[in-house]
Amino acid sequence: MPRVEFWQGNASIAQGALAAGCRFFGGYPITPSSEIAEVMAAELPAHNGRFIQMEDEIAGIAAAIGGSVAGFKAMTATSGPGFSLKQENLGLAYMAEIPLVVVDVMRGGPSTGLPTSIAQQDVMQARWGTHGDHATIAYAPSSVQECFEVAIKAFNMAERFRQPVLIMSDEVLGHMREKVVVPDRETYTIVNRKKPSCAPDVFMPYKPDPEDNLPPMASFGDGYRWHITGLTHNEWGFPTNCPEEIAKKTARLMDKVNAYRDDIVEFETESVEDARIIVVAFGSVARTALSAVRMARSKGLKVGYFRPIVLWPFPDRELEALAEKAGKLIVPELNYGQMVNEVERSVHGKAGITQMSLVNGELFQPSEILEKIEEVAR
Amino acid sequence: MPRPEVMSWLRKRFFPHLWCPGCGHGIIMHAILRALIDSGKTKEQTVIASGIGCSSRMPGYIDACTIHTTHGRSLAFATGIKLANPELTIVDVMGDGDCTAIGGNHFIHACRRNIGITAVVMNNNIYGMTGGQASPTTPLGAKATTAPYGAIDPPFDVCKLAQGAGATYVARTTVAQPVLCEQYIKNGIANRGFSVIEILTNCHTQFGRRNNLRTPVDNLNFFKKNSVPLAKAQGMTPADLEGKIVTGEFVKREAPEYTDLYRSLVERIGGDER
Repeated sequence: MPRVEFWQGNASIAQGALAAGCRFFGGYPITPSSEIAEVMAAELPAHNGRFIQMEDEIAGIAAAIGGSVAGFKAMTATSGPGFSLKQENLGLAYMAEIPLVVVDVMRGGPSTGLPTSIAQQDVMQARWGTHGDHATIAYAPSSVQECFEVAIKAFNMAERFRQPVLIMSDEVLGHMREKVVVPDRETYTIVNRKKPSCAPDVFMPYKPDPEDNLPPMASFGDGYRWHITGLTHNEWGFPTNCPEEIAKKTARLMDKVNAYRDDIVEFETESVEDARIIVVAFGSVARTALSAVRMARSKGLKVGYFRPIVLWPFPDRELEALAEKAGKLIVPELNYGQMVNEVERSVHGKAGITQMSLVNGELFQPSEILEKIEEVAR
Repeated sequence: MPRPEVMSWLRKRFFPHLWCPGCGHGIIMHAILRALIDSGKTKEQTVIASGIGCSSRMPGYIDACTIHTTHGRSLAFATGIKLANPELTIVDVMGDGDCTAIGGNHFIHACRRNIGITAVVMNNNIYGMTGGQASPTTPLGAKATTAPYGAIDPPFDVCKLAQGAGATYVARTTVAQPVLCEQYIKNGIANRGFSVIEILTNCHTQFGRRNNLRTPVDNLNFFKKNSVPLAKAQGMTPADLEGKIVTGEFVKREAPEYTDLYRSLVERIGGDER
């Protein structure tokens, strides 16, 4: 029987992580994400896990990467300024191909900004925050129920693709309480990283398995000896200046996600079949957008709703097909235009795009989005 | 020629190394390997961690579980690894810039936690890899590319810093005393807690040539001439100790180790295996 809980979004992410098998958390207090650390501090020691509060944000992600290297499913959680601080070590995890889940509960910025208010200003930081080329997987839940679900998926993707996976929550979602139906264990899949089966002396930590082009990963302490470095490296994990090896490594960091793009991309739609206008929104804003779309429908307007559940990789092909049919898109987001750039890239000029920006620490009102729908419909 | 056991710990595939001829880092690597072997450690259960810099290239050359991380952060990574698997022996090799500048926060907190990691601080008083810039251990008045008129920033005393922050084993020696290097590292590994072994080493390429210590031999002679064992130093005045390198074991004390405390916490709350 599924259990019913009344959780905050932050607690739901922590519980989802635990359900996924996360047993290591390294972090640092920051509003509005601290409740994730607090749940982990209470739960992990009781469930054969490790929790450590580190001396700063940088150390929080470093410890989590260390936990993952030693074989644990590991996570850290933060918000805007802390997400900025974590970027260098996030890059190390991309380069060294270490599974990890990083939660960013978005608040207003830049800088200290609005610690207790919502924003969606980290869309591009999630994609390009650390220097260098790499593929990004980022989830953007929009309900407390979904916080639990994407936490499980994020760990599955991190373990499968040997890389960090981001959960882009926001202040409203993090602190809002909603009913969560905790699914029975047998209803969801749990993915564990693929381990090497070869003899330790011939283990090449970055040699992809020909079957899926993904390299198996050993853990420190399990009998394999290997080298981890943030330097660009060859399949032995040793630094290289050889152009062919550099190109091969960098291409694989992109391709390992791009090749499985269809397994990763997720989105939700409503009323798009006959829509002449589609509202594209994510996270907490999608809830407002959906209300507005339903209000417009009740007024007889042919309006649809499209919500990326995975922001990166973006559901570009799927949105393009719908946008071409509808002809008009409205993109409300709590920033001065981040996801809208990706929407523009996706639709190749096949639909007119109306951007809605709000940066005042608050959510849109459904009536504001409805007004925009009516304006665009005219 | 190193002992065959030492040679078996080297990743010969990775050679040649990038250290300059005569660099002191090789003496320290040799001492670390002898200490690990004589302490009965295995390559599979030993982690060598590092940050960024010349010294931090060492893990690549050692055929153990090795992790070359970001500048200054190696102790934070090592802390995660140790907490995840307390059975592992972890030696964290750091330079003076890595340890006391960009990584200063992680260093004092690793001392405070008394987590079972052995930090070997390879102090050559300079940023070598980036071309001879001043570090927090560059002596007052010494020249560096970013201190062309002589450093005016007072230097850190790594051992006092470690002692003040709570490390339970703290020692200092120089590459001119390789047997002591080995002994102190061995003692550090045996200590159940956070150990700091500061080893003064030479960067004749970047520090020495600007400070009248042009060759490796000049540097070794400087270390020999200016080293004062702790027992002798205790009878000397601050004026006599000016410019001297006090060597020896400064701290050897028992305190609960971090992962032991964590295990106790788990037992206290009745943690299970779920």
